[in-house]
Amino acid sequence: MTDISTDRSVPDRLNSRTYRTLRSWEALLLAVAIAIFVVNSFASPYFLNAWNLSDATFNFTEKAMIAFAMALLIIAGEIDLSVASIIALASTAMGLAAQYGAGTPELVLIGLTVGLLCGAFNAVFVTVLGLPSIVVTIGTMSLFRGISFIILGDDAFRGYPASFAWFGQGYIYWVFTVEMLLFVIIAVIYGVLLHKTNFGRAVYAIGNNPTGALFSGIRVQRVKFILFLLTGLMSGVAAICLTSRLGSTRPSIAMGMELEVVTMVVLGGVNILGGSGSIPGVVIAAFVMGLVTFGLGLLNVPGIVMSIFIGLLLIGVIALPRLWAMIAARNKA
Amino acid sequence: MLSRTFPIRETILAGAIVVLLALIASRFAGFIAPSNLARVFNDTAPLIILALGQMVVILTRCIDLSVAANLALTGMAVAMINVAMPGLPIPIIIAIAIMLGAVMGAINGVLVWKLSIPPIVVTLGTMTIFRGIIFLISDGKWVNSHEMSPAFTGFPRAEILGLPVLSWVAIVTTLIFAVMMSRTPLGRSIFAVGGNPHAAVYTGIDVGRTQFQAFVISGALAGLTGYLWVARYAVAYVDIAGGFELEVVAACVIGGISIAGGVGSVGGAVLGAIFLGVVKNALPVVNISPFWQLAISGSAILIAVAFNASAGRKKGRIILKSAEVTS
Repeated sequence: MTDISTDRSVPDRLNSRTYRTLRSWEALLLAVAIAIFVVNSFASPYFLNAWNLSDATFNFTEKAMIAFAMALLIIAGEIDLSVASIIALASTAMGLAAQYGAGTPELVLIGLTVGLLCGAFNAVFVTVLGLPSIVVTIGTMSLFRGISFIILGDDAFRGYPASFAWFGQGYIYWVFTVEMLLFVIIAVIYGVLLHKTNFGRAVYAIGNNPTGALFSGIRVQRVKFILFLLTGLMSGVAAICLTSRLGSTRPSIAMGMELEVVTMVVLGGVNILGGSGSIPGVVIAAFVMGLVTFGLGLLNVPGIVMSIFIGLLLIGVIALPRLWAMIAARNKA
Repeated sequence: MLSRTFPIRETILAGAIVVLLALIASRFAGFIAPSNLARVFNDTAPLIILALGQMVVILTRCIDLSVAANLALTGMAVAMINVAMPGLPIPIIIAIAIMLGAVMGAINGVLVWKLSIPPIVVTLGTMTIFRGIIFLISDGKWVNSHEMSPAFTGFPRAEILGLPVLSWVAIVTTLIFAVMMSRTPLGRSIFAVGGNPHAAVYTGIDVGRTQFQAFVISGALAGLTGYLWVARYAVAYVDIAGGFELEVVAACVIGGISIAGGVGSVGGAVLGAIFLGVVKNALPVVNISPFWQLAISGSAILIAVAFNASAGRKKGRIILKSAEVTS
């Protein structure tokens, strides 16, 4: 009797669920976030202040909104490098409308519509014409921002209606901003969409094996089309928040933000080659990046030096696990 | 035979440039005066040099978005060296610039080769890192013309046979590349790696190593251009050549270099760069605001890439055809 039971014992590499959770990328990231939080609170006396921390969230809320949609896009094996330029174009369109006396609801509608249209433009090139998304979005990255430059030149749009400031400068309750609320709502929507729906399952399937996904009845091009639309839409939302917060539009608005968004997604554990990743990972990555930039800001580190950290973070996050695997493989041999 | 001497795509592009020139000349005859064309070519020279480097990288199925940042960092470094040591001969300055650029290219190359990180991610990262380092070494300050030695700023403008050295560098680079791509094992393996990496491995080509070499070439050219750029404009600061990487990629895509790798030609890259150069120089002449430049290169990328896709890949130079096509 006992012999049989030992024969049929479960091999010990099938770990328990808690063990796997503890060893996951998200857990590691969370530990990093907590460590940064602790280090920051010792490094600067101004860090542990509810209002300062509230201000710090602006470092990541707008980027994270795009990062959620971008995560889905990257999981599906595509990428959109034009997001920052979509912000510029949407913001310019809103600025132009504000010149002609558009009210807040119209401005929001225009911001979202321009975002959607830009997303659709990318989507047509990628899914209908079958072109690689990297080249298409490098092209639209110049085109969208280029249109902003044509419209604005050296100028800037100001004079947004007072009620428009609510999105980027408003507070829901105490230190909790409108942007934070949007961030939470969007995170939940994308979390459910990716992890709990057929659509989310299709996104993973496409990223792992587009041909296999097609043969199992997934409308691959249509899913990709929707993902580009969503990324455009989220860029529109971010454009509304950013424009409302800054209160002005220049054609160089959000320059280089695509890099930070991609970094956030990759830092969140999404495989840059597609097929795996999670929304909770991106949420924690958003906090990590926000805390790092805020902490460095309190220590008077200039923005361009922070971008070195972002660049190192992007490469390091991908390089380190691979280096680790290489060293492990060498030791085994 | 005829199609070999006059490849269809290069002929179309050359035709487009001639038509463009004719259109501009119909209203502003002065634009096609030889002296002005030489000036336009000289203005386009940095783009030609960088496009050739980018071509090699794209042919191996990679992309280098860090070229402009590499250019700016090398430019700043040699400018600061010149300020510190005004007596240093120009050949040494050029050697330093090429070396520095090659080292930065090698960093990209190693990350792609040894850690197999996607090139787009690597070069997006190094692009910001290089820009940040410029700020760190220069403290955000400018190096202005009066601080540079006359020999330093004079070199790219010195004239040989009526053309500035800058133009000659572009011409010589083009000739070297024409020989390298068609007559050497390196050129052949670059095409093979992009055309079909699996088959390339079976023919004894190290794919990762070839990609590494491509990045080093692209980096070295960016370094060389960095010195020429800073010396020509006689100023160095953090943001020089900002966004220029997009123009370089645009020149390659317009020149018919397939982003999927393995298809492209030296002539195409040069003509693509010249096309953009003519457009850029014609804008102020026909009284269009220079702010149109960015949107025009963006549209040019999109039109060219859509055109390439519809023209089909079979006509290009694929040395090792993939199994799916032949069977």
